[in-house]
Amino acid sequence: MTVYFLCAVLLTMGLYCLVAKKNIVKKIIGVVIMEYAVNLYLIIIGYKKGGLAPIIEKTTTPAMLERFVDPLPQALVLTSIVIGLGVLALMVSMVIRLYEKHGTFDMSQISKLRG
Amino acid sequence: MNQVPLYVAIPLGAAFLIPLVGIWWKKVGETLAVLTTLVLAAMAISAIGSPGVVHHMGGWTAPLGIALVSDGLTVLLLIAVNVIAFLCILFSLKYMTAYTGLVKYYSLFMLMVAGMNGVVVSGDLFNLFVFLEIASVASYALVAFGVEADELEAGFKYMILGTVASTMILFAVGTVYAVTGTLNMADASREIATRFGGGEMNPALLLAAAFFLMGFGLKAALVPFHAWLPDAHPSAPAPISAMLSGVVIKSLGVYAMCRVMFHVFGFASASPSSVIIANGMIAFSVLSIVLSGLLAIGQWDFKRLLAYSSIGQIGYVTLGLGVGARVLATGGTRTLAALAILGGLFHLINHAAFKSLLFLSSGAIQHATGTRDMKMLSGLRQRMPITAATTNFAALSISGVPPFSGFWSKLVIIVATIQAGHPAIAAVAIAMAFITLAYYVKVQREMIFGPVRGPAEAAREVSAVMYVPLIILAIVCVGFGLLYPVFGNQILEPARDALLNGAEYVKLVLG
Amino acid sequence: MKGMTLIVRTITDFVVAFIVVFGAYIVLYGHLTPGGGFAGGVIIACAFILLMLAHGKEAAFARLPEKAAHIFDSAGALAFLIIGWIGLSGGFFFLNVFGRGEQFRLLSSGMIFPLNIAIAFKVGASLFLVFAALAMFRRRSFRAMIEEELS
Repeated sequence: MTVYFLCAVLLTMGLYCLVAKKNIVKKIIGVVIMEYAVNLYLIIIGYKKGGLAPIIEKTTTPAMLERFVDPLPQALVLTSIVIGLGVLALMVSMVIRLYEKHGTFDMSQISKLRG
Repeated sequence: MNQVPLYVAIPLGAAFLIPLVGIWWKKVGETLAVLTTLVLAAMAISAIGSPGVVHHMGGWTAPLGIALVSDGLTVLLLIAVNVIAFLCILFSLKYMTAYTGLVKYYSLFMLMVAGMNGVVVSGDLFNLFVFLEIASVASYALVAFGVEADELEAGFKYMILGTVASTMILFAVGTVYAVTGTLNMADASREIATRFGGGEMNPALLLAAAFFLMGFGLKAALVPFHAWLPDAHPSAPAPISAMLSGVVIKSLGVYAMCRVMFHVFGFASASPSSVIIANGMIAFSVLSIVLSGLLAIGQWDFKRLLAYSSIGQIGYVTLGLGVGARVLATGGTRTLAALAILGGLFHLINHAAFKSLLFLSSGAIQHATGTRDMKMLSGLRQRMPITAATTNFAALSISGVPPFSGFWSKLVIIVATIQAGHPAIAAVAIAMAFITLAYYVKVQREMIFGPVRGPAEAAREVSAVMYVPLIILAIVCVGFGLLYPVFGNQILEPARDALLNGAEYVKLVLG
Repeated sequence: MKGMTLIVRTITDFVVAFIVVFGAYIVLYGHLTPGGGFAGGVIIACAFILLMLAHGKEAAFARLPEKAAHIFDSAGALAFLIIGWIGLSGGFFFLNVFGRGEQFRLLSSGMIFPLNIAIAFKVGASLFLVFAALAMFRRRSFRAMIEEELS
């Protein structure tokens, strides 16, 4: 139960970083922390006490199959990490372009669209 | 083999073929994009009236494998997405010549269409999330396509908020998996119905529902999650604004919310948790209707006004669907719920038609005059007759003037709201409909009628490739209202039945 | 973009080939051990990125031209889709119609083997191009950035 609570704490820390910091790069780091918190949550869902890695080798016996951790959340997390990588690449390139246009990383000076 | 996976495979193939071919021949990308969307639109229209189909990927039957499902609701959204994508590509052929790097534009556009089609046909929660991300990331890149300072800032804000929403959706998907043990939507629906049917839902599931509402609400731009839309939609190039406002917020936001709330969580009668979810939908929609109307009146930027108007109209759609959900959840009559859901779905496809028409015509105006500030434009009717006429049609339709299509859908939603016992909400909706009329009359008075002055003097009518989509959409605006008996039975009523009967969906997928 | 010091350049010349071989191992044994197309592709891309960091952009582009990277990118994704279409001959997309072979050998598990290779090409080329695009922007002088942050 504590692990789920700690995942939620990590998610909230990422959200705080996203909301409260003025530097755009720190906001991006906040988003990345949130994504990784959810990935961690997904892996923890599949965990079993005393579990083995879900890889079938030549030496695997059917008795060991019962003790495998759930591999489905691991597949979800792989996909999610890839998606996070793509989104991070796009965000960073946008930030670099924004820095070229405005000369600063400060969000309060960049946001001009109002109304 | 049925044609359900082709809706995803064809645009994906085109999205990767266009950059490959574009290394040597740059113009081939445009023809390929036009052909692909034409084929997709034809496939979608030919799927009208077909019964529900399931395609099991890789031969693994559900619930072990990933299933792609097409039922009545899917066909409705496939038609909207693919036809409007085709018209927007036609419009982009001439409009985007002012931008560079067009090979990437068409490739990203095809990726966005593939993502939206995938969201609509997906029968599996995580598959829905992956396609939602594909479409979202493609749209982030497309919003910031012309890399000026405004567009970059709007695209960046949209991107951050969209990523937070996707994170919340993934969290909710994980929670549903943890409680039910499966990711297949039909199987999860059956699990939840047998374990919690009629009683209190597991608190973890209620948390998942809240996160889903937040995530999909942000994609659908409901208040209070709307903050990205007034910046992103004006800054994008006009065909992308038309796609975003016309189909992306519906396919990624409203459709996904409906599918998950009506089918996975289910509105079994007299269940207190379902009433909470339905109340949440109604509350967000009322806030959207009110706030957007008040904020749109003071706008002088045409596209920003249209963006605020989008928030309000999506509020109407969600109001219809939420009222139907609440009627089902509190054990009311099914015919009343059917009426409300029909109104919501009708307004969804109407809004797809007339909002994309409005954004495309704003693109035409910007292409011809170089500005979209309403203070500087006037008297476009004399110089650009076709654009002005179609904008008039769309404005009258969205304001709810009979006999245009918008009137009928808003009427059905308001009547259903009154009959369901929420007269206050119906009064608010009627008042905001008048305010919608007010700001569209302002648009017409400022921009279309009046003497010609300012940048409008040098304007001429745009070329045929750009006004043919406008004419087609204008015909749809008028036609949907008058020809309802013809197309309503074929397209809208199967969609409504698909949402009402959750058990049919489970039987279709799991056999 | 300039390169780095002599020590870094020498070690890079030694190590790059091993990184590519290791990445290829992770890709090819993806159906037996953890890893697979994506992880192997990232490692192969890291080898080329290391070249770019140590020697500068021109040297990296001499090894892997930009046009070739674009072609690998699109061709890898198209190969993935085409392998999916081949499954249609059995009636479903991505149906495993290739021969399964013996278990735990290299050439087993049907379709997963060429899928891993296609994804490795796509991911490797994509990451390399992303890094090349990010390295394209002009670097302002470090001192000016510090001064802006402090003021």
